[in-house]
Amino acid sequence: MNSLNALISAKNINVFKNDKFILQNVDVQINKNDFITIIGPNGAGKTMLLKCIMGFYKPDKGTIIKKENLKIGYVPQSTNIINTMPINVKSFITLRKKYDQLSLKQVVVETKIGEIINKQISVLSGGEMQRVLLARSLLNNPELIILDEPAQNLDIAGQMNFYELLQSIYSKRKLSILMVSHDLHLVMVSTKKVLCLSNHICCSGKPQQIAQDPEFISMFGKDMANMMAVYQHNHNNNPNNNDNSLIGEKNN
Amino acid sequence: MEKKITDPFILRGILAGIAVALISGLVGCFVVWKRMSYYGESIAHSSLLGVAFAILMGVSINLGVVFTCLLFGILFLWLQHSKVLSSDTLLGVLAHVTLALGIIIISLNKIKIDIHAFLFGDILTVSSSDLWGMYLGVLIAISLICYNWSSLLLVTIDEDLAKAEGVNTLNINLLFTFILTIVVAISIQIIGLLLITAMLIIPAAASRRLANSPETMALVATFIGIVSVILGVMLSVEIDAPSGPSIVLVSAILFFLSPFLSIFVIKK
Repeated sequence: MNSLNALISAKNINVFKNDKFILQNVDVQINKNDFITIIGPNGAGKTMLLKCIMGFYKPDKGTIIKKENLKIGYVPQSTNIINTMPINVKSFITLRKKYDQLSLKQVVVETKIGEIINKQISVLSGGEMQRVLLARSLLNNPELIILDEPAQNLDIAGQMNFYELLQSIYSKRKLSILMVSHDLHLVMVSTKKVLCLSNHICCSGKPQQIAQDPEFISMFGKDMANMMAVYQHNHNNNPNNNDNSLIGEKNN
Repeated sequence: MEKKITDPFILRGILAGIAVALISGLVGCFVVWKRMSYYGESIAHSSLLGVAFAILMGVSINLGVVFTCLLFGILFLWLQHSKVLSSDTLLGVLAHVTLALGIIIISLNKIKIDIHAFLFGDILTVSSSDLWGMYLGVLIAISLICYNWSSLLLVTIDEDLAKAEGVNTLNINLLFTFILTIVVAISIQIIGLLLITAMLIIPAAASRRLANSPETMALVATFIGIVSVILGVMLSVEIDAPSGPSIVLVSAILFFLSPFLSIFVIKK
C-alpha cells in the first residue's frame, strides 16, 4: 500500500446511533485504480460507510483523508430517483454540471445511452436508468466512482450487462471504483478487493481468499462461497459465454 | 349594490389572484414532484396561528404568517430528523395543533376578524398596500427559486445525489420551506388557508401532461393558475360565492380538461 497512491484513506471510522454501533473501527483505503466491492448483510452499515467516505455524514470518531481536489462520481440506488418530474435524460445528466460537448458525447457512447438521450426519465427501464446514473457520475471525469447497490433491481441479464459495462469503463478510464453490491458472484472478475462488512470489517482481501474465509462462509453460507468459486471458474475459461446466452434470451 | 367586474376592489382581487398564480404554479410543481402536498397543507393550517399573533401584536398579517409558518417549518424539519415518528404523523399533529391554537387565541381575545374570510378567501379584503406586499413577496420568491433552480431540481430528484455533488441540502430544504411560507402568506387573503394546497397542486398536476421539461411544467402551471384566478374571480362575483372555492373550481375544471389538451400540445 503506497500512501502516495491513496485517493481516500479512512481510518478507525466509528458511527453510533441510539447506543448501537453502525460502524466500528472501520479502515478503508482506496488507491489509484482500485476496484473495491463492499458486501455485507442488511443493516451492516454499508451505505453509512459510503456516506462517511463521501463526506456527507460526519463519523463520531475517526479520520478521513482525501487526495486534494479529488473528483468523485456517485451512482445512487436508482429506486430513489423520483419519476414525477418531466425531465429528459440529457437535461438530467447535465443538470448542475459544468461540461463540454466532447466529454458529454464520450460519456453517452461509453454508457450506451445514445438511443435514450431524449427520452423522459420517467419511462426508462431499470437498466437504462442505471446507465444514465453512471453517465452522470462520469461526466466530469472523476478519479473515483462510488456505487451503492447499482444493480439492485435489475434482472439477471441486466445485472450482467451493467457489470460488464462497469468493467469496460474501469479498464478504459483507469479510474477507481468503490461499490456496494450483493452480486459478488457477478463482479468476481472485476473486483480486486472485497470488503466484508458487518458493522465492523469481518474480512477483506482478494475474492478468491474471501471465499475461503471462515467468517465469510459463516455469514453467507457455503453455497455462496461455492457459487463464487464456480462463477470465477466459468468466467476465467469462457468469459462471454454466459452473458451472451442470457442477452440473447432477453432479446427474443 | 350590484358588483361589477370593473369595480376597483374586484380588479384588485384579480391582480392579487394573479400574484398568487405567478408563484403558486411554480412552487406547486415542486410540491407535486416532491410529493409534499401534506406538508404544504400543514404549513397553510399553521398560518391561522400567525394571523392570530399578528393581530394580537398589531403587526402586518403577512409578516405574522411568514414568521409563524417559518417556525412551523423549522420545527418540523428538526423533529423529522429524529425519525421516531413518520413525517406524515408529525405533520398531522403539528398542523392541527397550530390550527386549533390559532382559533382559540382568536376567540379568547375576542378579536373581531372574519375567520370565514381567512379559511376561504375574500377578495373584498385586499387593499392597495396589500397588493404591493404581495408582488414584493412574489418577486422575492421567484428570484430565490431562479437563483437556486438547478440545486432545487437536483435535491428534488435525489437528495443523496445532490449531497454527493456538494449541494447543501439542509439549506435548500430550509429555503424551500421559506418560499412555501411566502406563498401561504400571499395566498391566504384570496384563496383562504383551507384551499391554498389546492392552488399549489391542481395547476401543477394539470400541467404535468402538457410538459416535457421542468421549466415548461412550471410555466404551464403558472398559466393555468392565472386563467383559473381570472375566471374564478369573475365566477365568484357572478354567483356571489367566496373567491377561493370559485378559483379552485375553475382550476379543477382545467385539470379534468388537461388530458384532452395534451393531445394538441405534445407532438413527440
